[in-house]
Amino acid sequence: MDPQLNTGLLLDGVLVAVLVWVAWAALWGRGLFRSIVLFIAFGMILSIAWIRLGAPDVGLAEAAIGAGLTGALLLATWGALPERVGEEEAADEQAEESADERA
Amino acid sequence: MSGGLLFALGGIALFAIGISALVLRPHLLRKILALNVMASGVFLILVGGGSGVQGVDPVPQAMVITGIVVSVSATALGLALVLRIARMTGHASLPEDRNRAAAEAKAE
Amino acid sequence: MSGPSAQRPVLRAVLGLALLAVAAGLANALMAPSGFPNLTAAVDASLESSGVGNPVTAVLLNFRAYDTLLEMAVLAAALAGVWSLGRATPTLALRPSPVLVGLLRVLGPLFPIICGYLLWAGASQPGGAFQAGAVLATSAVLYVLLAREAGPRLPELPMRVAAVAGVGVFLAVGLAVMAAGGGFLEYPPALSKTLILAIETAAMISIAVTLAGLFLGGRPRSEP
Repeated sequence: MDPQLNTGLLLDGVLVAVLVWVAWAALWGRGLFRSIVLFIAFGMILSIAWIRLGAPDVGLAEAAIGAGLTGALLLATWGALPERVGEEEAADEQAEESADERA
Repeated sequence: MSGGLLFALGGIALFAIGISALVLRPHLLRKILALNVMASGVFLILVGGGSGVQGVDPVPQAMVITGIVVSVSATALGLALVLRIARMTGHASLPEDRNRAAAEAKAE
Repeated sequence: MSGPSAQRPVLRAVLGLALLAVAAGLANALMAPSGFPNLTAAVDASLESSGVGNPVTAVLLNFRAYDTLLEMAVLAAALAGVWSLGRATPTLALRPSPVLVGLLRVLGPLFPIICGYLLWAGASQPGGAFQAGAVLATSAVLYVLLAREAGPRLPELPMRVAAVAGVGVFLAVGLAVMAAGGGFLEYPPALSKTLILAIETAAMISIAVTLAGLFLGGRPRSEP
């Protein structure tokens, strides 16, 4: 078997595994700020994936728009949410975790 | 199995993760994150499935660039709506999710 | 027994099974021996007559130009939606961080050069109007964050004009080509490079202003 092909496939496999892991941690983890930061990281890793797929235009667009601008929008909105909403969100997550333990 | 196919299968997994978080997590900002992850999964399926042995196919790439721009527009509009809902009602989740959580807590 | 406490695992199980079925179906379709139809050969055959050397740019602005026109319209519609929700709320009047000030002192003049290069190189190398517009929008966002007063004062009318310039120029070119005796957006091969560059420039400005406007989150305040 050609070892060069194997290394590329191994890199692709690692990228896919990291993408799925970071997406899972971002969407199902605790803490909204942590989710947003992990989502920005997800976008950055995804732009590397686009390069691996031979799509540099898409990689440029994903890095600038998908990770950069979407991340800035999310952080700006998160920061502008009223404080009461933040406390309520923490209480919601605690209730969800205890419901998960009971189920 | 080629690299493109591997990415396409990863895209399917991302779509599944995204749609399950969209339905099951109550916070509106997290729902918007889930929508973006679903969109990224679909883009991976489009480009990953299209990279065959004949060379790199530019048509799905153009579609994905269009899709990225459209999804940032939709995200921006959704975030503006979430901010307005939070300011007017004081909550960042839908009433159905809040009622379900309250009913579950009461049934314990 | 049914009730809210028992509904939760049932809901999750049903959702999990449905997702598993969809994922299995998609994976089956992906791994079918016939595979996906590939359009690389078709694009390469017409690449010389399209006016640009980058196949993705050719697809975006020549072969599937109508999709790009509608995409600019989606951007304008999203901006209209965000603007209709209220005025841009003033950001906190904090002193901007010295890192930001120093960064913009160095990078400020470089942004237009980078965007111009991305736009020009998009014809033959990776790049293009969307990427250039996104970088320009990022520079605008950085300057908005730099504003010392609470709530930057932005000129409203130039922003409105720039936001619709993309769709406007696109439509104008498409209709002008139709008046000269072709289909809608069917460029004559001799002029296609010039027309694509003109549309891309207008699209870059429009995308930059629209994305920056979406970040502002509301109608700009132009009165002091």
